[in-house]
Amino acid sequence: MQTGTMVIISVVSMGGIGAVLAAFLAVADKKFKTLEDPRVELLLNILPSSNCGGCGYPGCRMLAEKLLAGDAPPNVCVAGGNRVAKELAAFLGVEAKEHTRMLAVVLCKGGHAEALRNARYKGEETCTAANLTAGDKACTYGCLGYGECVDACKYDAMAMDANGVPVVFYDKCIGCGACVRACPRNIIEMHPEDHKLFVYCRSKDKGAYAKKVCAVSCIACGLCVKDCSVAGGIALKDNLAVVDYATAPQNDESTKRCPTKCIFSGIEEKVTKEAFLSVARKKAV
Amino acid sequence: MKLIFIFISASLINNFVLTYFLGICPFVGVSNKTENALNMGLATTFVMTLTAAVTWPIYQYILVRYNVPFLEYVAFIIAIAALVQLVEMYIKKSSPALYRALGIYLPLITTNCAVLGLALFMVLRDYNYIESIIFGFATGVGFTLAIVMMSGIREELEFADIPKPFQGISLSLIIAGMMAMAFMGFAGLIRG
Repeated sequence: MQTGTMVIISVVSMGGIGAVLAAFLAVADKKFKTLEDPRVELLLNILPSSNCGGCGYPGCRMLAEKLLAGDAPPNVCVAGGNRVAKELAAFLGVEAKEHTRMLAVVLCKGGHAEALRNARYKGEETCTAANLTAGDKACTYGCLGYGECVDACKYDAMAMDANGVPVVFYDKCIGCGACVRACPRNIIEMHPEDHKLFVYCRSKDKGAYAKKVCAVSCIACGLCVKDCSVAGGIALKDNLAVVDYATAPQNDESTKRCPTKCIFSGIEEKVTKEAFLSVARKKAV
Repeated sequence: MKLIFIFISASLINNFVLTYFLGICPFVGVSNKTENALNMGLATTFVMTLTAAVTWPIYQYILVRYNVPFLEYVAFIIAIAALVQLVEMYIKKSSPALYRALGIYLPLITTNCAVLGLALFMVLRDYNYIESIIFGFATGVGFTLAIVMMSGIREELEFADIPKPFQGISLSLIIAGMMAMAFMGFAGLIRG
């Protein structure tokens, strides 16, 4: 058979098969037509369509369906914030509750300069892998430093600083919680925006040992507990100072005497992306 | 007699999932609940039987007759894709819950290598029309059997205390390997 005829036969036969099947599918499509709730599409237009999962549902479409069924309040969309909450509420005809902005807070400041290294880790450079071997830092509670949280962040709101611990950009974080789920050591927590006072340490080691392995660890000395102006505002638990956000004033007063400077108030909102980059640039120069 | 041999051979002895390792993606992906696994198996069986019924005439009466058998891959994929579309439409209409449960794996039957493998084996082994349909159906039954057994085991494992490195996919693949070894026991069932 000549090449020309073969090409023609191939094209015709494939085209024929395709056309027959297409016609068949077109008929079937008419027959099995399903009607979808048109409001789902409208809601999807309001939602940010980032499918971040911060609301607790797998994807924006699921949330839209739950919203229509009345199972989800209109302010659960963390990526959209207040604007989307208001639009959703207007669309659904329900009252919008004020959306509290949630932020991720990294509760460890033990980077290269502060944390003692007592091992060398040569495995795969991810936190999950390093966590199986306890990593290279002596502290088994702190940041492993391989940046899995930064990789998990879809909003460009995190970076590893020069010291090897992640920072959250106050202006970029939308509060989806992806970094919290990514961290194998659970040192990242979600907090409402009005929480200012944080103990930047998760070490449950005894004070003397904690101080030995990391310069900025909480040694559970109790000074912040005494200095807190509201009794019981800060308490000691498992060798850690714990802030009771319902009562403790979110100011600097109780943090002044901290010997290791691991409790701070209000440093989170200073870390914007611009500020972080300008510091990095200054260091480079 | 040959039909029975083909059925037993395709569903048990040469089980597509456990001896040829075709169709592993849905086998691991949709085997976490027995109910979904069974439905996935049924959908795949349906697609496989229809695939055999549709691709055999296409191959024999179009490709062989006009001397272009090298187009078999393209032609088979087109036919399979159309059939999967049909099944997807039907499931979406008849059972939205199942449609959501199967999720991405339903359209992925299109690229399920077990379905294409079935069509190619059918040609390779020179089955006639009836034999092909039986072969397609038996392959689907074998797939359903494997995925339902897998989901049964995985449902039991939900309550087990599994060491961290083995959790999830890794244990699923180990189980799949063990099941494949167990299925090797069927090899002596039919000689030849």
